[in-house]
Amino acid sequence: MQKNEVKKSNDNFFMNIVRNQMFIPLLALAILALFNLIADPGFIKISIKENNMGNPVLSGFLITVLDSGSELAILAIGMTLVTAASGGQDISVGAAVAIAGSVLLRILRGAGTGNFGAMLLVAFLVSCIVAMLFGAFNGVLVAYFKIQPMIATLILYTAGRSIAAWINNNELPVISDPFLGYFGGFIPGIPIPTPFFIAIICVVVIFLVLKFTNLGLYTQTVGINENSARLNGLNPKMIKVISFVVLGLCVAVVGLIKVSRISTINYSVIAKDIEMDAILAVALGGNALGGGKFNMAASIFGAYVIQFLTQTLYKFKVSADALPAYKAVVVIVLVVISAPAVKEWMGNMTKKFKVKEVA
Amino acid sequence: MKDNIVLQMKNIHKSFPGVRALQGVDFTLRKGEVHALMGENGAGKSTLIKVLTGVYSKDEGDIFLEGSAVAIHSPQDAQKVGISTVYQEITLCPNLSVAENMFIGRTSGMGQNWKKMNKDTEKILKSLDIPATATQQLETCSLAVQQMIAIARAVDMDCKVLILDEPTSSLDEQEVEKLFKLMRDLRSRGVGIVFVTHFLDQVYEICDRITVMRDGQLVGEFEIEKLPRVQLVSKMLGKELDDMSDIKGDQKAYEKKSGVAPVLEAKGRVSDAGIKPFDFHIDKGEVNGFTGLLGSGRSECVRALFGADRITGGTIKMNGKDVKIHKPLDAMKNGMAYLSEDRKGEGIVGDLSVRENIILAQQVLRGFFKPFSKAKQYEIADEYIKLLSIKTASADTPIKSLSGGNQQKVILARWLFTHPEYLILDEPTRGIDVGTKVDIQKLVLKLASEGMSVTFISSELDEMLRTCSRLVVMRDRKVVGELSGDDLNQSKVMSTIAGGDK
Repeated sequence: MQKNEVKKSNDNFFMNIVRNQMFIPLLALAILALFNLIADPGFIKISIKENNMGNPVLSGFLITVLDSGSELAILAIGMTLVTAASGGQDISVGAAVAIAGSVLLRILRGAGTGNFGAMLLVAFLVSCIVAMLFGAFNGVLVAYFKIQPMIATLILYTAGRSIAAWINNNELPVISDPFLGYFGGFIPGIPIPTPFFIAIICVVVIFLVLKFTNLGLYTQTVGINENSARLNGLNPKMIKVISFVVLGLCVAVVGLIKVSRISTINYSVIAKDIEMDAILAVALGGNALGGGKFNMAASIFGAYVIQFLTQTLYKFKVSADALPAYKAVVVIVLVVISAPAVKEWMGNMTKKFKVKEVA
Repeated sequence: MKDNIVLQMKNIHKSFPGVRALQGVDFTLRKGEVHALMGENGAGKSTLIKVLTGVYSKDEGDIFLEGSAVAIHSPQDAQKVGISTVYQEITLCPNLSVAENMFIGRTSGMGQNWKKMNKDTEKILKSLDIPATATQQLETCSLAVQQMIAIARAVDMDCKVLILDEPTSSLDEQEVEKLFKLMRDLRSRGVGIVFVTHFLDQVYEICDRITVMRDGQLVGEFEIEKLPRVQLVSKMLGKELDDMSDIKGDQKAYEKKSGVAPVLEAKGRVSDAGIKPFDFHIDKGEVNGFTGLLGSGRSECVRALFGADRITGGTIKMNGKDVKIHKPLDAMKNGMAYLSEDRKGEGIVGDLSVRENIILAQQVLRGFFKPFSKAKQYEIADEYIKLLSIKTASADTPIKSLSGGNQQKVILARWLFTHPEYLILDEPTRGIDVGTKVDIQKLVLKLASEGMSVTFISSELDEMLRTCSRLVVMRDRKVVGELSGDDLNQSKVMSTIAGGDK
C-alpha cells in the first residue's frame, strides 16, 4: 500500500515535468547537447581571443549561440504576442528588419560631424517609429480587414526588401564610426557580446510590462475567445494591432544589431529567413500557433535552442542553403507532437500502459 | 383519404450518447398541404428532419413514401426518392449563374448543353413566377429570390416532399409574402410541404396542419382551425391550460417608489440584429424579464441595451441622465453587466483559469495599467468560489474543464464582481442542473432585495414567473405586451405570446 502511494507521487512528479511547457525545449536542448558532446566534446570550450579591435573577448561555440540567438530571442517576444492575439504569424519580420536597418543607415549617412552617439539615438528612434508603423500596417490588415495574418504579412514579406533598398537609393552606405559596432559586437572591456545584454534588457522590459500591465491577460483573452473579449469591454481589433506594433519595436532593435554587426547593410541577405526561426521558437516553446495562452519565457528559451540547432548544423558543414531542410524535420516533429490526434493517441497509450502495469 | 398520404414516418427512434432525441415519433404528410412542424429548441424537429433526409440514420422505425417503405441512408437517397430540403442558410453557389445553380450536380457525363440548360431554367423560373433570369449571377438576386431559386431547384428534381427549414428567418415581410405565394403555388400542384418556423403568425397564415413536438416526443397532429394559438403555445411549452396552477404568491410584489427616476430607461432602442425599436425601463431593485418563444427577439433586445450588437438608434437614460451606450465598455462603465446566453461562444474564456475568468470584466474596467496583484486575484477568486459555491479543483483550474453549471457560476461571479447597478441575465439557467438553477434564482431575488436591478430571461416560463415582477412579452421580434401584478400567470402570458385570435 505504502509502496503504491510512493509510486503514484513519482508518477505525478514525472507527469508534471512532462506537462511543463519548458519540457520540450529543454529536451531538445539536452538532445542537441548530447549529440554535440559525442561528436566533438570540445564544443563546450570557451576561449579568450583578441578581436580585430584588440580587445580580449570570449569566443567559442556557446558564445556564438548566445550572440546570434539573442536576435532571435528579441523577435520571439513580439512573435509570441502576435501569435497569441491573432492566432497567426508575421512572416514579414526579416524584410521589416531590412527596412529598419536601412532607415537607420539613411539617417546616419546624412548626419554631420556632430555627436555620433546622439545621431545614433535619433536614427534608432526614427527606425523604431518606422518599424512600428509597418507593424501597425500589418496589424490593421489582420484586425480590421480580417485577412489571415500569414497572407496579410506576405505583402510586406514580398515588398519589404525593395522598400529597404529604395530608402537608400539602392546604395550600400558604410558607417565607419566604431561606436556603431558596439551594439552587434563587443563594448571595449566587456568580453561578452553586446546583443546578449540587449536581449536581457528586452526580456526584463517585457516581463515588467507583463507584470505591471494587463497585456498578457488581454492578448490571451482575445486569442482564446474574441466574442467574450468584446462583451467584457475589450477592443479585440486594437489589441491585435498593438501586438503587431510591439513586434515592430522588436524588429527595430534587431535591425540595429544587424546593421551594427557589419556597419552596413545587404538588402537581400540581412535577417534572411529569420521569421521562420522566430516562429519556430514560439512553437518550440510549446505555445499554440493557433493563438491563446502563451508562455513568454518558453518562447525566449526556445529561440536560443533554435540557434543552438542552427550552429550545430553549421558546425557539421551543412551549407546555409540546406539549413531549412534540416529545420523542417524539427518542424515536422513539433507539429506532429502537438497535433490533437497524436495527443489523443499518446493519452490512450499511457492508459493502456498503466492497465498492463496493474495487471 | 388514405391514398392522399405522401409521406408517413412511424415510430421513429433516435438516440445520441446521453440523449434520447426522438422517442417513437409519428409524422404524416398529405399531398398538397403545408404542414408546420413546431416545437421549442431541443424538441427534436431538426433531428426528425435530419432522419428524414438521411443526414442521421434512425435507430428504429419506418418511413413510407406513397405507401411503400423506403430506406434512406444519405441525402442523395432522400433526393432520389423525391424528398428535397431547403435550409435556412442558402446552400447554393453565389458566384455561379442561376441556371448553373439549378443544374449543378444533376448533369450526367462530361458534356453540357448550355443552351438547353438556360432554356429549361427560364421555363421553370417563368412557371413559378420567380423574378430572375437564367444567366444572371446568383448573388445579384435578393435573398428571397435566392431562397426561391433553391426551392425551384428542389421542385424541379421531381420532389414529392419539400422540407423548408426556417426559410423566412432572414427575409423581410414583402419577401416572405413572395415566398408564401410560391408555396401556395406548389401546394396547388400537389407537393407536400413541411414548414419549420418559429414565427407563429406565418404558421397561421399559410399552414393547413400542425405537428407539435416536445422533448423528443410527439405531442400531436392538429388541423389548423382546431388549434387556437394559445393552445399551440401551451402544447409547445408543455403546460395544459387546465392544470396550470398559479405558483405566484410567495414573493412580495415590488413596490415602485414615486418620483425616483428609473435606473435605466430606453426609448426607441434598436440594433442591427433585426428587432423593431422598443421602449424599456427598469427601477431600482426590480426584477423583470423578457419572454417570448425562441427567436422572438428577447435576447436581441437586451443585447441592444448593453451595446453588444451594433446600435442603430434610440436613447438610453440611466438614473434620469442621458448616457451614450454604443459598445459593451460604455455599458459597463455605466454600471451594467450582461451575461450572454451563449456561455461557450461569448461567456467563458476557455483556456484561462477560473481566477482570470472571474476578474476579467472588473480588470478591464480598472484599466490596462492597473492589474490586480496575484495575491489580490486569489483573494477575489476564493471569495466568489465560496460565495457561489463553485465546484472547482482550484482557482487555477482552466474554466473549460468545469461543468456547465459551474462555468455559469464563474461568469456570474465575473459580473457580480463589477458590482453592477443593472444586471442582465440571458438564459443563465440553460443546460445546467436543477440544484444550480434554484441557486441562481435565489441569488437573483437576493440581489434585487439589496437594490440591484435585474433582467432575467429564461425559456422556462415558471422560472420567470417565480422571479420576475414584470414581464415584457415579445413576438416576432416586436414587443407586444407588458404584464405585471395579477396578469402574471401562465395563461395570460401564453395568450399574450400567442397574440392574434384567442
